[in-house]
Amino acid sequence: MTYDLVVVGGGPAGLAAAYEAFNNGIESILIIERDMELGGILNQCIHNGFGLHTFKEELTGPEYAERFIDKITDTSIEVKLDTMVLDIKEKTIYAMNPIDGYMEIESKAIILAMGCRERTRGAIYVPGDRPAGVFTAGAAQRYINIEGYMVGKEVVILGSGDIGLIMARRMTLEGAKVKAVIELMPYSNGLNRNIVQCLEDYDIPLYLSHTVTQIIGKTRLEKIVVSQVDDNKKPIKGTEKTFTCDTLLLSVGLIPENELSKQAGLQIDTRTNGLVVNETMQTSNEGIFACGNVLHVHDLVDFVTQEAQTAGKYAASYIKDEYKKGTSVKVKNGKGITYTVPQNMNTISKESIRVFMRVSTPSYHQKIVVNCGGKEIASFKKKTLLPAEMQSIVLTKEHLAAIEGDITIYLEEGK
Amino acid sequence: MYDVVVIGAGVIGASIFRELTKYNLKVVVLEKEIDVAMGTSRANSAIIHAGYDPEEGTLMAKYNVWGSELFEELCKDLSVPYKKNGSLVLGFNDEDMITLEALYKNGNKNGVKGLALLSREETIKKEPNLSEKVRGALFAPTGAIVGPFEYTIALIENGVMNGGEARTSSEVIAIDKKEDVFTLTLKDKTKLECSYVINAAGVYADKVHNMICEETYRIMPRRGQYYVMDKSQGDIAAHTLFQCPSKKGKGVLVTPTVHGNLLVGPNSEDIEDKEDLSVTNEGLDAIKDAAKRTTDKINYRETIRSFSGLRALSDREDFIIEEDKKVKGFIDAAGMKSPGLSAAPAIALGVVDLLQKKGLKACLKATFNPKREQIRFMELPQEEKQALIKKDHRYGRIICRCENVTEGEIVDSIKRPVGATTVDAVKRRCRPGMGRCQGGFCGPRVQEILARELHLELQDIVLDRDHAYILTGKTK
Repeated sequence: MTYDLVVVGGGPAGLAAAYEAFNNGIESILIIERDMELGGILNQCIHNGFGLHTFKEELTGPEYAERFIDKITDTSIEVKLDTMVLDIKEKTIYAMNPIDGYMEIESKAIILAMGCRERTRGAIYVPGDRPAGVFTAGAAQRYINIEGYMVGKEVVILGSGDIGLIMARRMTLEGAKVKAVIELMPYSNGLNRNIVQCLEDYDIPLYLSHTVTQIIGKTRLEKIVVSQVDDNKKPIKGTEKTFTCDTLLLSVGLIPENELSKQAGLQIDTRTNGLVVNETMQTSNEGIFACGNVLHVHDLVDFVTQEAQTAGKYAASYIKDEYKKGTSVKVKNGKGITYTVPQNMNTISKESIRVFMRVSTPSYHQKIVVNCGGKEIASFKKKTLLPAEMQSIVLTKEHLAAIEGDITIYLEEGK
Repeated sequence: MYDVVVIGAGVIGASIFRELTKYNLKVVVLEKEIDVAMGTSRANSAIIHAGYDPEEGTLMAKYNVWGSELFEELCKDLSVPYKKNGSLVLGFNDEDMITLEALYKNGNKNGVKGLALLSREETIKKEPNLSEKVRGALFAPTGAIVGPFEYTIALIENGVMNGGEARTSSEVIAIDKKEDVFTLTLKDKTKLECSYVINAAGVYADKVHNMICEETYRIMPRRGQYYVMDKSQGDIAAHTLFQCPSKKGKGVLVTPTVHGNLLVGPNSEDIEDKEDLSVTNEGLDAIKDAAKRTTDKINYRETIRSFSGLRALSDREDFIIEEDKKVKGFIDAAGMKSPGLSAAPAIALGVVDLLQKKGLKACLKATFNPKREQIRFMELPQEEKQALIKKDHRYGRIICRCENVTEGEIVDSIKRPVGATTVDAVKRRCRPGMGRCQGGFCGPRVQEILARELHLELQDIVLDRDHAYILTGKTK
């Protein structure tokens, strides 16, 4: 099998990237999706709030996905569902499904859009027993929204990430009693609108600077012990509270799913756990592009779509042999910034470049400063900066013209 | 009327059970849990010790060395993952170096083959990720790693294939004996009769023993906690890396697993509750600290699970493999602390020999088939993969993305003799959920396949044992 472009992953990133490549003149495109349907994780996100930027309206997850699925249906883009990519070597993709069996697929370019997975209990060392009733929030969401089954009656949620907050509301609407949301950090890790709409509207208490210190239950979860933590995030003795509950949902972070990328020998950024890309979303290997949560975890799907469109467009130019290589400079993160995507930039870029980043702690009235060789080449005023909310800045052609070497992005007080 | 009833389907009971099915005997193994290999056999270091530790002349020494020699072929016959990766006991100071020499001598007396004392340079050459402080090591080329629950399950399956009977959810609550016949009462009031009873009840062996015998020993569980690391850490060690043993046991080890993960642990805590498999912050922190002596290369952010297992320690120094002095025909195979797993195949031979000495009439069956096969799809050559998918398309569908387990393998694990009925039972047989996402993606799908194949409702499928329900009902 041979294609011009193979897109690994049929979630929002893969769909938008494939469609954009098609719009840029590429006809031979294959999307490989491991699930039985396109749409990825959006399919289980039945709440609304998707697409405010992209479509200027509030859609549910499946509706947002449907917009793109409809678009690609009328194109020459091929889709293989229920298909797992096992390995990628150079530009050869090894995949498998029940109908075609084991396949070797050659492609001129590849876009990686595998998304992310949830951090588990093992990764955060919650001590205690290992009963049934401890779920990652996303797994619980799948049971409830896709399978139509409830996972419990009395619930505590560890982690105030967006999925955890959304699930607090969802479980409540399904008749469960959500007793508390526990957050290790002194601030929430979810979007503010979700704190209001999912917790405050339902009187669900949020315990900041707290964590679960004991899980109790031999068969099904019976109770959990929660403790306050000190500045070093260590539990404080004597602050233990016990909650009787049959369910603990974990919303403790997402990890870009890059096992395939690692097999393919692509460079990974230890700050994001995602792939290293330049402004065209090209990875460390020529002709392999990436977009979406496989790069860094997004809080809004609209930004995933934007990134995917960039990847699709430049993958198309690569296939058409129009991709221009320039001198690459590094984008480094300075004070207050935990990472940036892209991590590298080509100085010959003729277009403006959007740089995504996250801040390390909540702060107010700041400037995001872009510095090159001691010279400030751009700065952007920000009223509120929260770790939960991804930031982005746009470097214009004028800004880019001033870049002569590696750039650093950092925060500065700026009223 | 059975010839022999084996109580307990852990690795000891399973080994004895399978050994007995080589003979023209009516044999049953009884397990109180919903599945076999649910106790210590599912939560341990997963290693086959070479046999230099146990004191010369003990049952532990005899059965360890002998058992370790039998393991490789057994695993081949039973299609169980096994790798003779060799082990190193590391020395960090003068005292350790003396201990290593003593272990070397003891190992030679025990008949362990190929032992060698290595210099620091020789040690580092074998294991470049060791800490600066390593001074030398005892190298045991016959040390190995194995899939302990896969092994136990395979033994039971093979025993059943050869005419033995295995009953799960069958807790023995009383044992009586009249004349030469034992009567065992199960929790559901079923009664079984037999001529011989083998007590391989692990941490509950004393309880079973005392149902009919006078108390002669006590089991006092000693808990050990472990970290399971992502495969990203699996290359840190090629050998099983021990530190020098102390009175508390063999200490914290760092070892690759047969599946390419890294296992770090155990600590050692005497506990009262025989069901307490919890992990603690203190325990895990202590392991991390201790393992640092061996290597500082482990990235604990790559932990995918922590777990605890209970060593079935008795108040005697050695394994307890004997007929009760008063109740003839009641045989204990108990007190199986480390190296219980390593010794299991030899213990089975020893117990069958003991049974024959105590009057069991047993003739070898010509029909016994030592082989048991299990398809591990990803290990097949390309052509065989293709052919298998053509024959059964379910082998073309990956259910577990982390470990690349196909639907075909999951269905097989349910359909096999003593097949899986719980999500964890499937996991122990073919690994969905063992990987880095810990079943986040595949758990619901495994549950669906179980419900479909067993003709049950989705919410009837439990995680690992009765009452460990996953779902509470349908949504509104």
